[in-house]
Amino acid sequence: MSDLTEQLPPRVSVRTDVAGLEVALSGVWRITDARPSWSELVGVNRPTRVKVQMEAVEKWDSSLLLFVFEIQEACRASGAYCDVSAVPAKVRTLLGQLAASHNSSVPFDRTDSFLTGVGNATVDAWSKAKEIMQFVGECVLSGARLVRLPHKFRWKDCIDEMQQCGAMSLPIVSLISFLVGVIMAYQAAVQLRQFGADIYVADLVGLAVVREMGPMMAAIVLAGRTGAAFAATLGNMKANEEIDALSALGISPVDFLVMPRIVALGLMMPLLALYANGVGIMGGMVVASIVLEIPPTAYWIETQSIVDLSDVGTGLFKALTFGLLIGLSGCLRGLQAERSAMGVGRAATSAVVTAILLIIVSNTFFAVAFNILGV
Amino acid sequence: MPTNEAQLQGPAVEVTGLECGYDDTVILKDVSFTVARGEIFFVIGGSGCGKSTLLRHLVGLNPPRQGEVKFLGAPFSAADAATRRAQQKNFGLLFQSGALWSSLTLRQNVALPLEEYTTLNRREIAELAALKLGQVGLAGYEDYFPAEISGGMKKRAGLARALALDPAILFFDEPSAGLDPVTSRKLDELIVEIRELFGTTIVVVSHELASIYDIADRVIMLEKQAQGIVAEGAPKALATTSNDPRVKEFLTRGTGRIPH
Repeated sequence: MSDLTEQLPPRVSVRTDVAGLEVALSGVWRITDARPSWSELVGVNRPTRVKVQMEAVEKWDSSLLLFVFEIQEACRASGAYCDVSAVPAKVRTLLGQLAASHNSSVPFDRTDSFLTGVGNATVDAWSKAKEIMQFVGECVLSGARLVRLPHKFRWKDCIDEMQQCGAMSLPIVSLISFLVGVIMAYQAAVQLRQFGADIYVADLVGLAVVREMGPMMAAIVLAGRTGAAFAATLGNMKANEEIDALSALGISPVDFLVMPRIVALGLMMPLLALYANGVGIMGGMVVASIVLEIPPTAYWIETQSIVDLSDVGTGLFKALTFGLLIGLSGCLRGLQAERSAMGVGRAATSAVVTAILLIIVSNTFFAVAFNILGV
Repeated sequence: MPTNEAQLQGPAVEVTGLECGYDDTVILKDVSFTVARGEIFFVIGGSGCGKSTLLRHLVGLNPPRQGEVKFLGAPFSAADAATRRAQQKNFGLLFQSGALWSSLTLRQNVALPLEEYTTLNRREIAELAALKLGQVGLAGYEDYFPAEISGGMKKRAGLARALALDPAILFFDEPSAGLDPVTSRKLDELIVEIRELFGTTIVVVSHELASIYDIADRVIMLEKQAQGIVAEGAPKALATTSNDPRVKEFLTRGTGRIPH
């Protein structure tokens, strides 16, 4: 017979004698099974003396402790005497420990006052700002070292990262860019058709994709895909003390871990954006040929007539910037991560949020700057 | 917590013909042993011999490739999911690093198994969690997060969590790893105390000789080349009487003498 089937339920028999209540416990007491309730057993009676016995108990654990403790507490509340002298000494010891934890089981208050909270937040914001500046500074210095001593750079890691963030991203970048091209062409088709200006769908899609949507959609995909991966990898390495191990050897974690990633993203982002541009234009072309019956050749010639090298150039310059921003925010959040599973998770989330925020803010800046410069 | 002698019959853990491994790699073959109830049983052996692998297969974290594991006379590895879940209440597991859930306080860590498997009310759960933490010497640390305490304390908190459901069997994976000798000895004392107090069967995976000689009733030694058990018995008896040079070398640290 296994222990799983042989268990008898916990039982309590209550006998009243001249001295008060005699409570005899028996059966198997398991914490995972339901146990009797003392208040239900005694009902409205208020005994003046309770004697607990447990000779017939076959097995017991914390469940029995809790029951006897419940009797003790009830007796204490009603001023009755609870006699546990008949229970084994180790049960009495555990009851003593339970009573001690009963008194200490109030959670302590971790909340701060409002002013302390504001103060802490300010100090925290300042130290974070310093960390960001320091990190960007270290990256610049590391970039200078890369230019001076290119043979010391970890090209192997960089190429691995390029494979990861470049080639491996192609499927998702293709899908997103194609669909963005399709969506824009549809929107444009509905409006332009009213004026018989169907062919200008090519102009609208071409310019919007090359100048804005191509680089931006590629960047947002990479922020989610690669930025989060950078933060999680570096966060985990920090939790495992791998980063400390580098510092202890006198190797700069920025040179060793951050630069290969940032360089990889900086090189791959413009290429991915160029690819996204092509796929996006193709999406527009498919919609134009199906919905507006514009032949692909006409669409292509119209696109060529409106999109010039400066449009492509500005798009690629933006893509390079976005790539650096994604790399910087991913690595920064990873290095700032707390040394715990939760910290790594937070770092990954924060890396994506920071990267997308920086992408949108810098894109706005570019829009204004390019407008002023007339490119 | 068996108190009746009749309940102490039959082994707590029964392993027959167990083959352990991952994917295509076989690490241990034909491992059979039993652990008596209330025994402190060590699985010993050099690094990489498959001690932790054996433990993972025992507790069901990895499915055995062959063979069977029984706990308290009932099938475990061969049982259906519902029976296994019921069996899991019977054993506690202390991972090497404590494996505390970092987003929960120590009290919440210990309370989680109680919330999952019992019908106790919140106050009782909080009290029991405090009691368990008190038993491992962490009274007063109930509301700390794992990141705020030391490695040894994490291990003790992990032990409190493993004790939450008063398991009949406790598994320890390298309890001394990363602990100083004094903390390590205190943990050993705690293990013995738990056995004395609750009659718990204790299975420890370790290569810490001091602990092995101090508290193990019986050991099995695993060996990498043999892919299985090469010795079984009381540690001191094995060290002095075994003719197997691998066993002798391990148990005497290659010196031929039992280390003090």
